[in-house]
Amino acid sequence: MKFDTPATTNPIDQLKVVGQPVDRIDGRFKTTGTAPYAYERHDAAPDAAYGHVLGAAIAKGRIQSMDLAAAKAAPGVLAIVTAENAGKLGKGEYNTARLLGGPEIQHYHQAIALVVAETFEQARHAAGLIKVEYAPAKGAYDLAASRDKAKPAGTDDEPADSSVGDFDGAFGAAPVKLDATYTTPDQAHAMMEPHASTAAWNGDKLSLWTSNQMIAWSVGDMAKTLGIAKDRIHLMSPYVGGGFGGKLWVRADALLAALGARAARRPVKVALQRPLMFNNTTHRPATIQRLRIGATRDGTITAIGHDSWSGDLPDGKPETAVLQTRLLYAGANRLTRLRLSELDLPEGNSMRAPGEAPGMMALEIAMDEMAEKLGLDPVEFRIRNDTQVDPESPKRKFSQRQLTECLRTGAEKFGWAARRKPMQARDGRWLVGLGMAAAYRGAPVMKSAARVRLDARGIVTVETDMTDIGTGSYTIIAQTAAEMMGLPLQKVVVRLGDSTFPVSAGSGGQFGANSSTAGVYAACVKLREAVVKKLGLNAADAQFVDGEVRSGSRAIALGDAAKGGELVVEDAIEFGDLAKKYQQSTFGAHFVEVGVDAATAEVRLRRMLVVCAAGRILNPKSARSQVIGSMTMGAGAALMEELAIDARHGFFVNHDLAHYEVPVHADIPHQEVIFLDETDPMSSPMKAKGVGELGICGVAAAIANAIHNATGIRVRDYPITLDKLLKDMPLPA
Amino acid sequence: MKPFTYERAGSPAEAAAAAARRPEAKFIAGGTNLLDLMKLQIETPAHLIDVNGLKLDTIEPTQEGGLRIGALVRNTDLAADERVRRDYGVLSRALLAGASGQLRNRATTAGNLLQRTRCPYFYDTNMACNKRRPGSGCSAIGGINRQHAVVGASEACIATHPSDMAVAMRVLDASIETVKPQGATRTISIAELHRLPGDTPNVETVLEAGELITAVTLPRPVGGSQQYRKVRDRASYAFALVSVAAIVQPDGSGRVALGGVAHKPWRLDAADAEMPRGAKAVAGKLFADAKPTEHNAFKLPLAERALASVLADARG
Ligand SMILES: Cc1cc2nc3c(=O)[nH]c(=O)nc-3n(C[C@H](O)[C@H](O)[C@H](O)COP(=O)(O)OP(=O)(O)OC[C@H]3O[C@@H](n4cnc5c(N)ncnc54)[C@H](O)[C@@H]3O)c2cc1C
Ligand code: SF4
Repeated sequence: MKFDTPATTNPIDQLKVVGQPVDRIDGRFKTTGTAPYAYERHDAAPDAAYGHVLGAAIAKGRIQSMDLAAAKAAPGVLAIVTAENAGKLGKGEYNTARLLGGPEIQHYHQAIALVVAETFEQARHAAGLIKVEYAPAKGAYDLAASRDKAKPAGTDDEPADSSVGDFDGAFGAAPVKLDATYTTPDQAHAMMEPHASTAAWNGDKLSLWTSNQMIAWSVGDMAKTLGIAKDRIHLMSPYVGGGFGGKLWVRADALLAALGARAARRPVKVALQRPLMFNNTTHRPATIQRLRIGATRDGTITAIGHDSWSGDLPDGKPETAVLQTRLLYAGANRLTRLRLSELDLPEGNSMRAPGEAPGMMALEIAMDEMAEKLGLDPVEFRIRNDTQVDPESPKRKFSQRQLTECLRTGAEKFGWAARRKPMQARDGRWLVGLGMAAAYRGAPVMKSAARVRLDARGIVTVETDMTDIGTGSYTIIAQTAAEMMGLPLQKVVVRLGDSTFPVSAGSGGQFGANSSTAGVYAACVKLREAVVKKLGLNAADAQFVDGEVRSGSRAIALGDAAKGGELVVEDAIEFGDLAKKYQQSTFGAHFVEVGVDAATAEVRLRRMLVVCAAGRILNPKSARSQVIGSMTMGAGAALMEELAIDARHGFFVNHDLAHYEVPVHADIPHQEVIFLDETDPMSSPMKAKGVGELGICGVAAAIANAIHNATGIRVRDYPITLDKLLKDMPLPA
Repeated sequence: MKPFTYERAGSPAEAAAAAARRPEAKFIAGGTNLLDLMKLQIETPAHLIDVNGLKLDTIEPTQEGGLRIGALVRNTDLAADERVRRDYGVLSRALLAGASGQLRNRATTAGNLLQRTRCPYFYDTNMACNKRRPGSGCSAIGGINRQHAVVGASEACIATHPSDMAVAMRVLDASIETVKPQGATRTISIAELHRLPGDTPNVETVLEAGELITAVTLPRPVGGSQQYRKVRDRASYAFALVSVAAIVQPDGSGRVALGGVAHKPWRLDAADAEMPRGAKAVAGKLFADAKPTEHNAFKLPLAERALASVLADARG
């Protein structure tokens, strides 16, 4: 199905199942331990041996020698895989560094060996017996120090530079202006389930159970890396314990499990040890961001400029932190620039809302600072500069843009009017502050296919390689098929994350929910046609209701259409150029109340509220869960998350969950999520968008702004830990 | 993890004797620290002696009017004990500020005292660390050391002791009862138990090889307002940046020990003497010889401010 004209009324609009806050289908399995994760496929690959990964002890250089003798002789060892004995390996399109290093080392903890043994403990012990001699080389690890050498760099979707009008002239002439620099640190996905895989060979065919967000990309990259045809690989990822962008690609666990299984002639499973999770895998790269905003005295932005510097390994990509600045606020004169340094830290890549998440951390403090300079309320300042058109090409409208409604609704529900000037509110030992920020995230769409089957019992089974990474894909896909076929949810079976299923959008960029359900919609339209035809009904008036197909005076059980054999159809949604004609984005407004301990400067959140306008909400329960998860992750970014770089050795020092702190329950107060009523006919037949990333965009800045309101102190370097506040805080009376 | 053998000891003296027979032996209590370190090959004992069955898990009154806490009493049970809550509030509060409910259910009194540092370089066997590999150097000096010691450290090691409980024990003047391999028992004051790093940061206590902790005793209750204030980067489940254990008497006198600033709970008589004069005076004494790094200098004002806040609370 081609989607190239705005959606009109369709069966989804009935909203009998879609739009209802139903429980997650996979929830019960996950909470009762009956959802098998990639590392637990004892059912499918009994007798799997255990692999243990050895990571490089240096950040850059070469392996001079590797002595495997003691490890090979250790009890239980079945095989040891290294670059030397693995045979010729390619490199995946989506990988920057090689997944198996050696002799050249590209980053700290790059995998250099896999030890396969009968038990996990034996493999771990033997891995400790491998003796490696290195010839370290000098590397670059300091973004700030490399800033002057950074080069313009864009991505497939984003140019290095964008410019409209005369930024320099307008900024120079603006009566009120801000020129400030902000930094965001490297951050880890720190998902609960580490990268994990089980691999089994049957002749030259590989079965790979792996924790992964993008099945088709990953089949392609496994094939490319192993140098085998794609049809030799069966990749399965039905349950994923969190990804956040870290599992958009195959990682060392998958490749090494496959190589280990080949070498040991036995299924092998590999989970990246937690201490490897921070340097072996990808992370959100640090940024330095300079924002310049010029405005008239009444608060109309006349010039807005955003420069962002980030670093990555050679051939890597920039963090596109300027994305939102091109679209969020009006202003005639505009400039954005992306600059990239070569750094020898582990690979930087996508993490929840790449681009906007760190970009909004900077932009939305800058907006708060500007509002303060102008003497305007920060909500009003944003509303004054709202726009219904793409500020770079005013003929291009937003398909839906309810930013102002989000801001106004949030301000009212939160009690924003009670906000005082900085340092005026106190509750016992706590200095209290309110802060807010806009939320913005693009709403891209991707081609997505699905297969649907109808059997004689009237059960509809959906098969698509879409993944559910804890987001609720199983559930919203079932809701979509149920709505389309006039069935209760119980009559729909959803099977996901299998490379033998039609290729979906996958989970990433918050495009998964809208695109994958639209693909299921397309397949169901086809199934409805097949049913009508089979039953000899009139297509024009056929209705799918309560498990029946009704036409004229006839009502036939849906399953009857499959009496002579299962009906199976397949289709895909393909998106035309509506997304080019109209800018499609999601919007929101965050409001936060913090307390700052007057003595110790410890920051504790007291209240959080977000209002989201993000198209049709397919399931308010799972959507809310995505948004509060995002807000929590944003709170981590604001207050504690930072991969600490040892610039002498070139690695992230705090590489476990004790040293890399993420929020715990006690850090997160009451969170409220409001979804504005919205349908977007430009987005897809579902009229939906995505929310999984919107919620993280802006929240950290709202917290930073609330801290400023509480203390009068402006911190521009995340995370806002107490040491950055303490020096400017007067001693409490 | 290195392969190891395992035995259950029948009595404290037997446990100590068994440890002396095997130089590479270690006691295992709750295992919440030791097992983590073994998995990472930071601790590599060849033999484990399980002390969980030694019946050292009761809390009894002493003749002197104090409490004798068995070495195997779990942190949860100790924190919840009525006598502890009534007479030694600082101890209960310190325990509850540490780790998580699950860990405290497992963690023991002796194990808590002997838990090892959380220096990240100590945890990475690729890195030089004098504590883990004597003579290899200290990676934290000149590296990432925001969490590290500001006082009492050495050129060889700037690690801190991570325990909350030990800081409260220090302010309460607890003493440690032990049994040695040959069966001799002794009592060590908590002030003496932990060593400063000096040239041998790998030697963390005065315990001899195979010496088993059997109990920790608390002297008669001293009354006063007993506070524990733990300052950290997140609201729970994090080690202290600094912590303050204080006992403040109605006349303003009192005692204070700090956590998160040194290789052991940090308490000085000279500082206690300044209590009536307030936080600045006390901190001045506690930090007279402080040598912070660029990244952890904030701990000095932070500790002083936290103490000021505690004193204000104590005054009511
Ligand atoms: C995630 C996490 C967070 C934590 N957070 C905190 C925190 O915030 N604050 C805090 O204070 N602690 C914290 N801890 C540490 C925790 O308190 C300790 O791990 C625990 O107290 C150790 O007790 P255990 O009985 O498990 O010791 P074990 O791990 O069994 O032993 C520790 C050491 O003590 C020795 N030992 C044990 N018993 C004896 C004995 N009777 N005689 C002689 N030697 C003995 C062992 O040989 C070993 O060397 C945390 C731990 C974890 C894992
Ligand atoms: S501070 Fe101590 S524990 Fe840390 S690296 Fe230095 S010697 Fe090792």
